[in-house]
Amino acid sequence: MEEYGGGDLLTEAMGSAARLVVVEDCVEAPGAFVLHLLLKRALAGGGAAAFLALAQPFTHYDRILRKMGCNLSLHRRNERLHFFELQAFPGGARDGAIADSFVRLYSEIQRVAEATRSGENAGQFTIVIDDVSLLEVAAHGSIDNVLDFLHYCVTLTSEMNCSLVILVHEDIYAGEENNGLLLHLRHIADLVVKAAPLSTGLAADVHGQLSVVNKGTFSEQRAKAQKVWNFHFKVKENGADFFYPGSRH
Amino acid sequence: MAEAAVRYLRDGRLDGEHAPALSVEGSLQCCPLAAGAMLHVAAALTSQAAAGKAQARGLVVVAFDRSPEVYLEFMRRRGLDANYLNRCVRILDCYSDPLGWKQKIQNQQHQENSTKQFSTNKENVAVFRNVKDVKKLMYSITELGGGFEGEGKKHFSIAVDSVSTMLRHASVPSISGLISNLRSHEQVSSIFWLIHSDLHEPKVPRAFECLSTMVACVEPALVDPVCVESPGNMSILEQNYSKAKFIVRLKRRNGRVKHFYEDLYIDGNDIKFDSAPVSTEVNQSLVPKVQFNLELSEKERTDKANVVLPFEHQGKGEPIRIYDGRGSLLEGQRDPNLAPALVDEIAPKSGTAKGEIHYFRDSDDEQPDSDEDPDDDLDI
Repeated sequence: MEEYGGGDLLTEAMGSAARLVVVEDCVEAPGAFVLHLLLKRALAGGGAAAFLALAQPFTHYDRILRKMGCNLSLHRRNERLHFFELQAFPGGARDGAIADSFVRLYSEIQRVAEATRSGENAGQFTIVIDDVSLLEVAAHGSIDNVLDFLHYCVTLTSEMNCSLVILVHEDIYAGEENNGLLLHLRHIADLVVKAAPLSTGLAADVHGQLSVVNKGTFSEQRAKAQKVWNFHFKVKENGADFFYPGSRH
Repeated sequence: MAEAAVRYLRDGRLDGEHAPALSVEGSLQCCPLAAGAMLHVAAALTSQAAAGKAQARGLVVVAFDRSPEVYLEFMRRRGLDANYLNRCVRILDCYSDPLGWKQKIQNQQHQENSTKQFSTNKENVAVFRNVKDVKKLMYSITELGGGFEGEGKKHFSIAVDSVSTMLRHASVPSISGLISNLRSHEQVSSIFWLIHSDLHEPKVPRAFECLSTMVACVEPALVDPVCVESPGNMSILEQNYSKAKFIVRLKRRNGRVKHFYEDLYIDGNDIKFDSAPVSTEVNQSLVPKVQFNLELSEKERTDKANVVLPFEHQGKGEPIRIYDGRGSLLEGQRDPNLAPALVDEIAPKSGTAKGEIHYFRDSDDEQPDSDEDPDDDLDI
């Protein structure tokens, strides 16, 4: 019931071994707060992060994270946070141009990741993407280009101490015919965090429910641990509360 | 039963035949387990090859979805030491740099720094940088396979992980062409691949099933009738992530198809198969718990089978003929009960005289040919 920082349900459910976290949300229950929490956790632990912002400008995240007690501007100056403002991410008209711009973006990420690794504080490096749906828009709907780019980001996670957090709007892909990107993401994910509105309807002090599915890999030791978690959340100014259904009065 | 599949892959091909092929199919609901099954088959086949029991000298892993390290680590945990791994495993690494981006970046930066050579410092891992070129892929696979030590015809096995990712880079006909070319390649002893069936249209997995001699479907152990993702069914979801059904269908050479299934579950960081004796479970639950004995012993069962039932014709060594009422009995096999005189009397007549049926009705209120029950007026 305490605010983010340690010992809360989300941290417990996520464990520590997940390399690729996919956060799914929908219009009724935005999952951006999970992203903010994970970004804060990544920076708080002495690690560094690369943030690919397609949805919002830097000032937006700066304001939110400041309320949560994390100074993004400072981290950015210290080169712990590498912020990529990609709202005008140039897709280019031709197919080759899209692929080229993804290569350039990836080379930037790889460069900062390697710089962090070779630096004196070689902590965890986290790549956060907000959000993949807009990346697809930037690629003019070419899912293959997006998946290629994501695959290269994933290869970084197996080469160095790096993890990847991806936000995707699940309801965009609600139709049966065009959900290739979402299915691929679910396949490659180690851990899926899904934000959904309360199934029982609106409530004053519960904002929705989170389900965490830890698909796990064979390399980790905590195979006996619980794999599926389900709990409620309440988003606050300075963080979020997580609690089991019915455990609050 | 997974051993049966591995056995088929181990035994390899006969001369003039295509190599046996196993298609492992998984879906989203149990995809870690499908991947585990794939790793299991790869490790089992490698240990057979290392022990010299297989037709293949070694295994070529075409790794798209997982880094080569995952494979090597899993095999190490299965007790294959570095010596065996170097001798019997070659990995074509299509994971680290499938499109050559890293090389391109490296070339642009003009940094010939050895630390940037990802995964290339291992002797049994080769990085492949252009997965869209299927011909080159084929060439690289066979080249790697030809590198195993040994005399005579050097066979090798191939593991493709996964076809789904390959299909993202190339069309279905070109990939199925690649697979079938590999199957007919004279040095390939066996081939198996993983495919995520829900990423494609239903016809795509079918196309690859047609190319295979064995199909192993990894299906969720429990199927939720409503919706798997809905939050009320967490326990079912939880179960499905730790346990699945491994259903194998294999075609024999003569065309017979065999079906079997077993349970697949994660034990620690290993994957285990449990050929659950399903039939006994069913028997136990079907027989009600009563005080007297409903079961038969083996002797009782054979005795029961030997009892001659009263309505069965007991030939006692003689040939059994059942008179069907139409055909006449053969000469010399006439019914001995018939008096010979009577027979003689009838026989000459049967050619000339015509038979007659005389029928007298009992009473006038009986309808001719009535079907009604004559006893229906009885009050029982």
